[in-house]
Amino acid sequence: MRSNPTLHDLQHPGHEGEEGHDEHHHPFLQHHFEDLGQQHEASTLGMWFFVAQEILFFGGLFCCYFIYREMYPAAWKAGSHHQNWQIGAANTIVLIGSSLTMALAVWGAQGAKRKFTTLMLVLTLILGGIFVGVKGYEYAEHIHEGLFPGSAFTYVQHDNPQLTRGVELFMTFYFTMTGLHALHMIIGAGLLLWFIKRTWRGDFGPEYYGPVEIMGLYWHFVDIVWIFLFPLLYLV
Amino acid sequence: MNDFPLFPEQASSVSPLVDGLYLGLVAITGGVSLLIWIAIFYLAVKYRRRPSNELAQEQEPPMALEMTWTIIPGIIFILIFVAGAWVFFRMQRVPANAIEVYATGRQWMWKFQHPTGQREINSLHVPVGRAIKITMASEDVIHSLWFPAFRVKADVLPNRYRTMWFEATKTGKFHIFCAEYCGTMHSGMIGSVIVMEPTEYQQWLAGGSEGSLASQGEKLFQKYACNTCHMDTATGRGPVLAGLYGQSRPLTDGRSVVVDDNYIRESILNPAAKIAAGYQPLMPAFQGQVNEEDLIRLLSYVKSIPAPQTGSALAVESPQSRGTSAGAQPAAAGAATAPAPQQQQQ
Amino acid sequence: MTSTTIDDAPFIEPSTRQRRNYLNDEYGVLSWLLTRDHKRIAILYLFSVTVFFVVGGIFAFLMRLELLTPEGDMFTSDTYNKLFTLHGIVMIFFFLIPAIPAVFGNFILPIMLGAKDLAFPKLNLLSWYIYMVGGVFGVIVIITGGVDTGWTFYTPFSTQYSNTKVFAITLGAFITGFSSILTGLNFLVTIHRMRAPGLTWFRLPLFVWSMYATSVVIMLATPILAITLVLLMVERVLQVGIFDPALGGDPVLYQHMFWFYSHPAVYIMILPGMAIISECVAAFTRKRIFGYKFVAFSSLGIAFLGFLVWAHHLFVAGISVYSAMIFSFLTMLVAVPSAIKVFNWTATLYKASVSWQTPMLYVLGFIGLFTIGGVTGLFLGALGIDVHVHDSYFVVAHFHYIMVGGTIMAYMAGIHYWWPKITGRMYPEWWGRLSALLVFVGFNLTFFPQFLVGYVGMPRRYHAYAPEFQVLNVLSTAGATVLAVGYLLPMLYLGWSLKFGRKAGTNPWGAVGLEWATSSPPPKENFHHTPVVTWEAYDYPAFLKAMKETQDA
Repeated sequence: MRSNPTLHDLQHPGHEGEEGHDEHHHPFLQHHFEDLGQQHEASTLGMWFFVAQEILFFGGLFCCYFIYREMYPAAWKAGSHHQNWQIGAANTIVLIGSSLTMALAVWGAQGAKRKFTTLMLVLTLILGGIFVGVKGYEYAEHIHEGLFPGSAFTYVQHDNPQLTRGVELFMTFYFTMTGLHALHMIIGAGLLLWFIKRTWRGDFGPEYYGPVEIMGLYWHFVDIVWIFLFPLLYLV
Repeated sequence: MNDFPLFPEQASSVSPLVDGLYLGLVAITGGVSLLIWIAIFYLAVKYRRRPSNELAQEQEPPMALEMTWTIIPGIIFILIFVAGAWVFFRMQRVPANAIEVYATGRQWMWKFQHPTGQREINSLHVPVGRAIKITMASEDVIHSLWFPAFRVKADVLPNRYRTMWFEATKTGKFHIFCAEYCGTMHSGMIGSVIVMEPTEYQQWLAGGSEGSLASQGEKLFQKYACNTCHMDTATGRGPVLAGLYGQSRPLTDGRSVVVDDNYIRESILNPAAKIAAGYQPLMPAFQGQVNEEDLIRLLSYVKSIPAPQTGSALAVESPQSRGTSAGAQPAAAGAATAPAPQQQQQ
Repeated sequence: MTSTTIDDAPFIEPSTRQRRNYLNDEYGVLSWLLTRDHKRIAILYLFSVTVFFVVGGIFAFLMRLELLTPEGDMFTSDTYNKLFTLHGIVMIFFFLIPAIPAVFGNFILPIMLGAKDLAFPKLNLLSWYIYMVGGVFGVIVIITGGVDTGWTFYTPFSTQYSNTKVFAITLGAFITGFSSILTGLNFLVTIHRMRAPGLTWFRLPLFVWSMYATSVVIMLATPILAITLVLLMVERVLQVGIFDPALGGDPVLYQHMFWFYSHPAVYIMILPGMAIISECVAAFTRKRIFGYKFVAFSSLGIAFLGFLVWAHHLFVAGISVYSAMIFSFLTMLVAVPSAIKVFNWTATLYKASVSWQTPMLYVLGFIGLFTIGGVTGLFLGALGIDVHVHDSYFVVAHFHYIMVGGTIMAYMAGIHYWWPKITGRMYPEWWGRLSALLVFVGFNLTFFPQFLVGYVGMPRRYHAYAPEFQVLNVLSTAGATVLAVGYLLPMLYLGWSLKFGRKAGTNPWGAVGLEWATSSPPPKENFHHTPVVTWEAYDYPAFLKAMKETQDA
């Protein structure tokens, strides 16, 4: 271990120390970290904090959802009947599958299995794409049925205007919640593209796989949000 | 109102309580703040840096001291909470014999309706020494009805009745302000409350009115053909309204609801929301067809229909004991309403 | 193994040699706009928040001019409504929330930790860009006609009735929120993972503790604001009734959601102020902060309790009597940790060596004004009084005592305290003292009358008012003029000092702390070798002993 500097050195940084930064460094070690371990820990912790604030973001939305569900129980029931739960369930399975491939990709990156990891990331991307595509199909159906809230909303319950309004609120929440979820998926897909490129280039290995692991954390989080959304919006 | 008041006039029964609490807090917190200021200034001067005082003396913070200035302020704060809550309770509990006035806020005016039928805009006449209960809603955005001289204020929400009350203790003219920002002319949404001697108030009430609020409501009740279904016998397609106010009623979905102002409001505007047990959801929604003031008239009428003679004594007493029966007040308001319901149902 | 200790070397040594530092390391606009150096990013923030402070200040001053007369004859009421709305939005979202964390947190926090940079330098730069994008939305809104909802965007006014630029400004606030989130995330990770060897949690300067608490609040509260604003925008665009009662929504729910963020946001604004105060009290009394652990944990206590009191903004808004009681009680509890801080700071002065330099003047002002702001919070927390003074000028005065008398006083203390470190130059001391005095006098003259006029009955956000309120309003406007001079002066003399100020040495104050152990301005990497910390925070006895010995020698 190198000797520690004196305060005098701290104050006079003009002259280079004997042991500077000339030791061999991993190419992906950023200059301000001491070693890859610290870098890995820092980025993992960062992602956990990020996920924590995401939980609150969606948590606020869920909270409003529950309050209005309490206010309009009948409308919530009616609204969820407009959802095709078979499609939702299939999509859930697709998403869980993508979580599996993502987990395998992290495992592959740790073991420096370049081709396997790339394959798994591509599979994750495809499954995620299928999910978003199916979601888009569902959106088109809803819009076609006049269920998009606002001026395009044509669903009317003549004998019970409150129910109409409640269903519109339900659909507002449906589109906001699934829309924000889909936005997270699309951002994740963009990141996946970048990771596919890096993996193929051979950036990752047993020493340096943190970014893939963090990507995995993000992807799993987005999947878990869907695990909550699916029953709340499709099954009630 | 003098030219340069530093303290608002005390003109209601709760004003002395609020002011007492306020001045008490001023004394406590002002005293403590002053002590802190003096301490800061004294210490900063006494221990200013001089050649002879280049070095500070360290002390270990004594735990006892830290605990003292944690626990004692904590206790004082909790006592302040208790006092504040006590005053708050006094402000919230409406006395039983209050005169029931209705208020509607809209951009940017205050409209008041008296049980005797008078309407006022941006002014409110009330007698001194009587509790006034204000039931209020907004036609558009959130407003807030504030009587600074009475120390009471409440936000006025759209599509929902809220209540507040005060008892003026001083005659005169006092401010009414809107305290919740409501748009362009927010600062013009002001008015005056005129507190009068009871005799003057009686004279004022004798002035022009189109009949009591409840009788105005009764006319609307017929105009909108409510009476074709809501009859005084259970043969109608709608529930009997007589004596209903203040009762608890079961709903079709198994829940039950207390018939209060907000439930009556909802049942007129959006009847399908809560259907009384044993009835069909046949009634059309009146959302958008009845304005706020007519709604108040209808509400006042529905509340005033007494329970049928055959009913139990309990049903008659109930609304009165709650102090909410609009028309039947000992003062001027009551007389007009009593015979009305019997006629209209023929 | 030799380790760095405080008595290894004399601290005070004027530096004369021109060295490489973060300012002269690279030149050119791009070297700033693409920098990943936390110190340069702090400077970028310093410029941006100063611009927004001036803009918000101009709005405030125009409002005070309007309020000279009761008739409301200077502007139309629409203009006045836009002025107070924009004043609030600009000052809160674009100045107070980012100011201390993004400027001093960015600059000082990594140095205090002995780190070369924040954990995620690129993210740090990104957060400045996000802030600027939000800011551009703000500027566009200001130029294209403004917004008139009040900074609270209460529904249904904001979603159905206002015909101003509500969508653009809420989008701006939404975007800016992510900037705070990323900054908070960066700080949290940096504090957890980037501390120098030997720098244990209880050796951390109190600045770091407060920043930690602030970051936690930012991370937990800001997402709620984000989702609230999303729902607000959805409602505004689609005209559906999430919060509009006429369409089936609940406007009081909006207030709950909004204040669940915005009350903790008050602590996002004041905790960093407390952070600076703790540093300055130690530095200018040459003493370890009295009750270090109590001050440190009171920051966490405030952060925690701050989440439980939001509904005290809703006492007259239509919540039940019982929930009002609960929130009133919790509000009283949150006052305790603030009181602990005030008592400990005051006690630190005892047997200290108090310097009356400019930062300390601001600190003494802060303690006094924050005390007033804090105790008037008790008035508002007491239910019986709140019913009367809610939405009156009493509230306006109260939060300005916290925000301006607290946060901005601390910000001014911080900028004078760290100016030599940031720029390598000393500001002119007497000008500094004069402006501190002007700010203190001007502030009290502006805001103390507002307590009185509020209790007498003047509602806030009133463009025209009853004539009997005029005298107090004139006093307030007079004070605002003095205050404006007090804020303008530092901009002038600090700018002047960049060129003409006396060169500052490594440690012009004789303060301890790692930031005073590196040169002024610091080199790009902060320290050439990662320092090893073997001393406690604010270890003045050891330091002063070392200083005395070198002087004797």
